[in-house]
Parts: sequence; C-alpha cells; structure tokens
Amino acid sequence: MIELIPLAIFLPALGAIINAFYPRKRVARIVGPGVVGAAFVVGLIVLVGLLALPPDQRSRDVYLWTWMPGSGLDVYMSLRVDPLSILMTLIVTGVGFLIHVYSTGYMADDPKYARFFFYLNLFIVAMLVLVLGNNYLMMFLGWEGVGLCSYLLIGFWFYKPEAANAAKKAFVVNRIGDFAFTIGVLWLFWWFGTADYTTIFTRAPQVFKAGEPAIIAITLLMFIGATGKSAQLPLFVWLPDAMEGPTPVSALIHAATMVTAGVYMIARSHVLFELAPITMQVVATVGAITALFAATIALVHPDFKRVLAYSTISQLGYMFLAIGVGAFSAGIFHLTTHAFFKALMFLGAGSVMHGLANETNIFRMGNLRKYMPITAYTFLFGWLAISGIPPFAGFFSKDDILTETFAKGYVGLWLIGVITAALTAFYMSRVVFLAFFRRECFSHDAHGAHPHESPRNMTIPLIVLAILSLISGALLRLPVNLNLGFVAENSLIANFLAPSFEMTGRAPAPEVDLNTMLVLIAISVGAGVLGIALAWIIYIKRWIPASFLTTIFKPLYILFSHKWFVDEIYHALIVLPALALAQFLSRIIDRGVIDGVLIGGAAALMRLWSRALRWVESGFVREYAFLTLIGAVLLVVFFLFRL
Amino acid sequence: MIPLSHYLIVSAIIFTIGAVGVLMRRNAILIFMCIELMLNAVNLTFIAFAAYQKVVEGQVFVFFVITVSAAEVAVGLAILVYLFYQRLTTDVDDISTLKG
Repeated sequence: MIELIPLAIFLPALGAIINAFYPRKRVARIVGPGVVGAAFVVGLIVLVGLLALPPDQRSRDVYLWTWMPGSGLDVYMSLRVDPLSILMTLIVTGVGFLIHVYSTGYMADDPKYARFFFYLNLFIVAMLVLVLGNNYLMMFLGWEGVGLCSYLLIGFWFYKPEAANAAKKAFVVNRIGDFAFTIGVLWLFWWFGTADYTTIFTRAPQVFKAGEPAIIAITLLMFIGATGKSAQLPLFVWLPDAMEGPTPVSALIHAATMVTAGVYMIARSHVLFELAPITMQVVATVGAITALFAATIALVHPDFKRVLAYSTISQLGYMFLAIGVGAFSAGIFHLTTHAFFKALMFLGAGSVMHGLANETNIFRMGNLRKYMPITAYTFLFGWLAISGIPPFAGFFSKDDILTETFAKGYVGLWLIGVITAALTAFYMSRVVFLAFFRRECFSHDAHGAHPHESPRNMTIPLIVLAILSLISGALLRLPVNLNLGFVAENSLIANFLAPSFEMTGRAPAPEVDLNTMLVLIAISVGAGVLGIALAWIIYIKRWIPASFLTTIFKPLYILFSHKWFVDEIYHALIVLPALALAQFLSRIIDRGVIDGVLIGGAAALMRLWSRALRWVESGFVREYAFLTLIGAVLLVVFFLFRL
Repeated sequence: MIPLSHYLIVSAIIFTIGAVGVLMRRNAILIFMCIELMLNAVNLTFIAFAAYQKVVEGQVFVFFVITVSAAEVAVGLAILVYLFYQRLTTDVDDISTLKG
C-alpha cells in the first residue's frame, strides 16, 4: 500500500495539467478539489499501510526514477514515507482539499477561475514533493516550487499594484533565504557526495563532532532559509504583504502549509541540527522572539487578514521554539493543530470579506454573528483554539511546547512564550469582539455592505475545520499507554512521530512531575484567559476605552502600529542602497560604459571611417567605370613591370 | 601575311574607342554599344593570336565571349527598357540615387 504514494503527487499534477491546458470553469470546479481529495485518500491508504508495519520499520523509500545520473553522484526521484512525511502529506492534502472546496465558492465570480485552480494544484504538487522527497535536492525542488506558486498566487490579482508589489517582495525576500539554504544544501552535498537523507543522517554523527564549526555553519545557513520560507525574524516582512492574494491562498499557503516548510525542514534534518547545539539555541531564541514580536504588532493592527498573518508568524515562532529546544514532536503537533485553526480563521476572514464587499478593516465590521452565524461561530472555535483554552486543539499543542521548553531549562524563553500566549489571546479576542460582536460599524448604504452568509461550499469547510480545531488536539494527545499518564512523550502524536525523530546518543528528556505540569498548564491557560478578559473589558464592556490605552502607552503604540519600523529600516538599510547600486549600474556602467563607450564607440569609429570614404560612392556609373579602368590599367602596369 | 602587330594595334584602337565611349557617353544604349566594341576588340586579339600560334583555344574563347555578351545584352536591355518605363530617360547620370 505504501507504494501508492507517488499517486498523491501525480493526481494533483494531473489536475494542474488539465486546468492549465483546458481552462474551463465547469471542469476546474470538479477537477481542482477532486484531485486533491483523491490525493488525501491516497495519503490515508498509505497511512494505514504504514501503521501496519512495526514502528521501527516505518520508514520506506519508494524509488521513481533517476533524476540526475552521474558516477557516484546520482540523484534519485524517490519518495520517503515515514510518520513525519505522511503526517505532512495528510495536512497538505486534507486542509488543501477543504480550501479547494472553499475556493469553488470564494472564487466563483473570478474570470481566471481555472487558472486559480491550476496554481493551487501546482502548489499541492510542489508541497508534496517538498515533504515526500527523500533527498535534499527534491526538497529544494519543492521548496522553490512552493515559492513560485506563492508568488503566482499572491500576485493573482496582478492588476492591483499592491498585489504585484507584494508578490515581488515575497519572491525577493524568499530568494535571500533560499540563497543561504542553497549554500547549506550544496555544502552537505559536497561533504557527503549525496543529497540522500538516509546516507547523510547515518553518516553525519561520524563525520561531524557535535558543535563543530562546519555543521554549525551548515545548519545556520539552512535555518536562514527556514526564516525566509517560514517568515521568522529577520525575513518575515513578506508574509503580512502576502495578504494581498486571494484569501484561500492566505489560508492554504501562508498559514497552513507552505510557511511550515521551514519547520518541516528542520524537523527532517533534526540529526544535523542536534549536532549543532548553538544553532538549536539560535532557532529557539529566534522563534521565541519572533513569536512575541509578531504578537505585539497584531495587537494594534486594524486589518483582519494582517492580524491573522502576524498571528501566523507568531505561531510559527512557537514551532521554531519547540524545534529549537528539541521538542520536535511538540513542534510538529503545533504545526498540525495550527494548520487546522489558522486555516479555519483565514477562511472565516475570507467568508467575512465575501459577505461584506471585501471589507478587511475590523473597525468597519461589528455584530456580524447576526448576519453570518456559521462563519462567526466557527471562527469562535479557531479563536478559542489559538487562545489556548482547553479542550481546544491549540491548548494541547501550545502547552506541550511551553512545558517542554520549561522542562529543558529555558525559563526565559518559556516566559516569552507565556507572555505571547496572553498577547495572542488578547489580539484574537480583539478581532472576534470587534468583528462579530459589539454594534455594527459598517454602513448599509447603496454601494456598501449587505452582509450575508456565504454559500454552502464555503461554510462546510469552515464547519469541518472547526470540528478539527476542537477535537484534533485532544485526540492526538490521547495517552498511548495509560500507565505512563499524560506526559507529552506518551501521546498519540509523539508516539506516531517517534520513529522519525530517533537519534542515538541524545540525552533523555527531563522528567516533569505532575504538579509542575499542572502549574505550568494553569499559568498558560491563565495567560490565555487573562488576554481574553482584557479584550472583553476593553472592547465589549468598554470600561477602559482603547483610545485611553493608546495615549498612556503612546511610545509602545507608535512602535507597534508602525510594525517596529522594520519595513522603514529595511527600506533605508537595504532597499535604498540596493536601488542606488542599481541606478549606478544602470546609468554609469550600463548606459555610460557599455552603451556609451563600447557600443557607441564602435559605431562612432565606423561612422568616422565611412565619412572619410563616402565620396567614392558618387552614384555616377561612369565614375565607377573610370575607377575600374584605372584599376585595370594599374594591374596591367603592375604585371608588366613587376613580373 | 599581315604581321601580328597590325591586328593588335587595330584591336587596341578599337578597345580605346570603346573605353573612352563608356566613360564619355551618357546614353546607356551607347554605353552598351561601346562595351560591345571593347569586347570585340578583345575578340580580335584572341583570333589573331590563335591564328598566329596555330591553336584553337583562342577561337573557342571567342565563342564564349560572344555567348556571354549576348546574354549580357539581353539582360542589360531588359533593365534599360524597364528603367525607361520608370524614369523616361536613359541618361546614366540621372540615375545616381545609389550614392553613399
């Protein structure tokens, strides 16, 4: 059954081909979601096949063909089926399928309907290549593929200058990360003579001593790649702008799947990263700081989708924190639950925009639960999940991360995580209260809003995702062995993923006793409740008006609402010098030296010569004849007297 | 027997007349005729040499020259006729648009 896995890639590829070459709406609306759904079914079948194997054999390679034949440097098109990759496959195709279905409603009136599904299917293909490949070159292929699809989809409405610019920004920023990632991967390739995971991971502990500079450099380079793709500091700037794309794209690519590629990459390369403790600390620190940083911006942003984008950056920060402290399965667990609840919230935002004439400013919404109840109440599930309220999914995964961070002695990072949890609960509650509760702040005028619930093909994915946001955490966290209790290592997901994260010579995870764990849970849930309560006081009860807070904390407010001036700083430090260099190259080097001196010089030289010789060509035939005669005479004279 | 030099002198005179005609005349038809004159002057030298040296190659060459000049006249006159249609002139000095 495992050998079926190539179908999961080929079916969406077939869909992409059909939608590209036979772009008809009535075809795309069936084929687009259909192939992804079929890929999901394939994923489930493979999962069953994988579970039938004993845990220590749950890693199979499925060979397809030799991509680059070379003497001893062969690169194979071959797929790795193991718990990690199959979980990612199920997330990508499962959430992907729901979002495809949703898109049939959301994009219903778009003239480029089939092209949209072509891009989406292509994205699924690239993402599956990324997660299923069994070597770094295939991962890189998928990595660039998803980047391309992201670019195409952010710029889907390219006639809007903001969308075109956002697409360009995403592409350029990702290029910076990808550049580092490429060097890291090529370095590995050069060192091991192969890009194959199995060879690299089995030989790495012998080749590198733990903490050796080379492995630290390689992993840091790979991590820079991850910060680009997964929107972490300092390369996160593209993700908020990426919200210019259609909302299903934001949900699928910029929340649930593509941005988690960095997390997946590090989890997949955990052997290398664990050999470089310094890199691990960098990963954890960057993750925690990004989580806090993005959350502060989300506190004050007025745009529905951008709050969600900053929230995504923040949640990705949690995942990197988990990965960095070595809690790999907790990180992947959070990746899974986040995919559900963040996709849910993005689709909810899309549904709001759909029903409210593309309004995204939360201050011009209000009381929407009256007009779009399904959207509103499913959104509440996502809100409670991300706020970490039990028994919703986010509670379990976030709590695992925080507990493990604390248990491994990173108290500072844990504290940042808890503060971020409170901020997260606050800013999501702010969005929920402003958009779905309180009084109506949109106008009912002629061109304005007639808020209405979305059609069924949009609400059903919302309902499914809402259910997943409720139960997936608890379900995956069920203890496998009842005697061992509720520790993270004993959960369903950790047990399932364990074969992917095995490593010899790793220090055993420190034990957390039940009391500590309960205290930690109480603190993180308390933080979430505190955030919600504060938002309730400010935005529903209005005991403390928001304007009062912005005056008191004016410096902070300015800092947050200008996004810490990061865009401005990058503009001054990077964009302007780059533009100046480009201007210099274009004006001085290109136009001056190349066009002016080299090309213009050659032309001027020819012009000079031809001016000197031009009088010969008078146009009078008799003159030519005369010259010919002189020539002939000269020849005769030459032959007569010289020879 | 007439010495060879006589033939050569006559041929040189005819050739010079032809060459001067090509240079001096402005009417294209006359230029053609002068070219024919030059060609036939050359033919005369060929024949003379062939007769004096008792070889046939010179005579064969003359046939070739006649053939080629006939072809050349055919093409040239066609061009001339067409030129006359276009410009109503056969004066070569009026046709000087091909200057550099």
